[in-house]
Amino acid sequence: MLNFVDTVQEAVSGIKDGSTVMIGGFGNAGQPFELIDALMDCGARELTVVNNNAGQGDQGLALLIKEGRVKKMICSFPRQSDSWHFDAKYKAGQIELELVPQGNLAERIRAAGAGIGGFFTPTGYGTMLAEGKETRMIDGRGQVFETPVHADVALIKALTADGAGNLVYRKTARNFGPIMAAAARHTIAQVSGIVPVGGIDPENVVTPGIYVNSIVKVA
Amino acid sequence: MDLQTSDTPLGRDDLARLVARDIATGSFVNLGIGQPTLVSNYLLPEQNITLHTENGMLGMGPVAEGDAIDGDLINAGKIPVTELPGASYFHHADSFAIMRGGHLDICVLGAFQVSATGDLANWHTGAPDAIPAVGGAMDLATGAKDVFVMMTLLTREGASKIVESCSYPLTGVGCVTRVYTDKAVFLTGPDGVSVRETLGCTLEELQELVPVPLKAASATAAVGG
Repeated sequence: MLNFVDTVQEAVSGIKDGSTVMIGGFGNAGQPFELIDALMDCGARELTVVNNNAGQGDQGLALLIKEGRVKKMICSFPRQSDSWHFDAKYKAGQIELELVPQGNLAERIRAAGAGIGGFFTPTGYGTMLAEGKETRMIDGRGQVFETPVHADVALIKALTADGAGNLVYRKTARNFGPIMAAAARHTIAQVSGIVPVGGIDPENVVTPGIYVNSIVKVA
Repeated sequence: MDLQTSDTPLGRDDLARLVARDIATGSFVNLGIGQPTLVSNYLLPEQNITLHTENGMLGMGPVAEGDAIDGDLINAGKIPVTELPGASYFHHADSFAIMRGGHLDICVLGAFQVSATGDLANWHTGAPDAIPAVGGAMDLATGAKDVFVMMTLLTREGASKIVESCSYPLTGVGCVTRVYTDKAVFLTGPDGVSVRETLGCTLEELQELVPVPLKAASATAAVGG
């Protein structure tokens, strides 16, 4: 069921304590800042957040972490020059970290959306990130079994939605948006513009509307 | 044996030029963050190289400046870049499928250590207080047809970064095919380490620095590209 809502507050109002929330974006590109700010204001706690990073500077996901709303991060690259809020929580033992190679993270998210129960991948074989995981030799290469990452909610940013919920993105801000939209049980997209049904050429749709539940226009 | 090709050790830019020269015409290439990024400065238009950035783009152009800076158009190091004619965008799972699926010809990475059989350590020092962050390092090490490493041969303390076996946590097993350093270009594989060319030293002098047996590469293995 697709809803167009007027405010980001309304869009995130159903997110409960303890939810797993996927947040799109690679660095700041494609990060849905307004939806994250609304998530902060709605007060949900004990969140598991799936994102490539663990927040930058003093905005968006970094603030959610600073305020102690995030119980666990599932990400590939939490350590950056300006990830001081994650650094502090991690060193204080106040946040869990599941570190996943970036391509495995993307494929685990894709697998969840595609109904795949897991997959073998050569990435990470023979490293400490494969410790405790099932391995096999396939086509002469060591491979590691990885499982899907599901989520209750995805917060993503796209450029334009049409009246059917189809989305297009802009440049490298696309990053995790399409796969998170498919993986989460409820996907909320903030967009810069909304056009009528038929306003996006079907050949150019990147995320079909079937994956999208709520759309909010952000100026 | 006339192995030596330079009278002096190479600086970072000269080394980047050497790597660029060795990339075959028409290749699809991913340049890792840091020193490998310098290689893009020395690729020639006639080489027709297509650069991949793992956040979701083929056909990446030079770093953006001035009005060309666009927050939605960044590289894997989160630096604003430009797009070239023929560029394409795709989501993260597709981008890593391009890598893991063996579609990239060459990936150039930095390293802490490379072992005699091509194991790579470049993501984590293993220090107890270090926050681990892997990003795409393991995917890059595993996916490309050829993995080139660029690094100084010695640490600041003078220890060889080419080692019998890596003491830092591994990024990938047996994945590195070639190592470009300031003092020599090494070929690595299941049969150990051979030296394609020395830079400002002899093979004998090099052997005194490196704790694994070195041999001169055979003529066929020494062909660039």
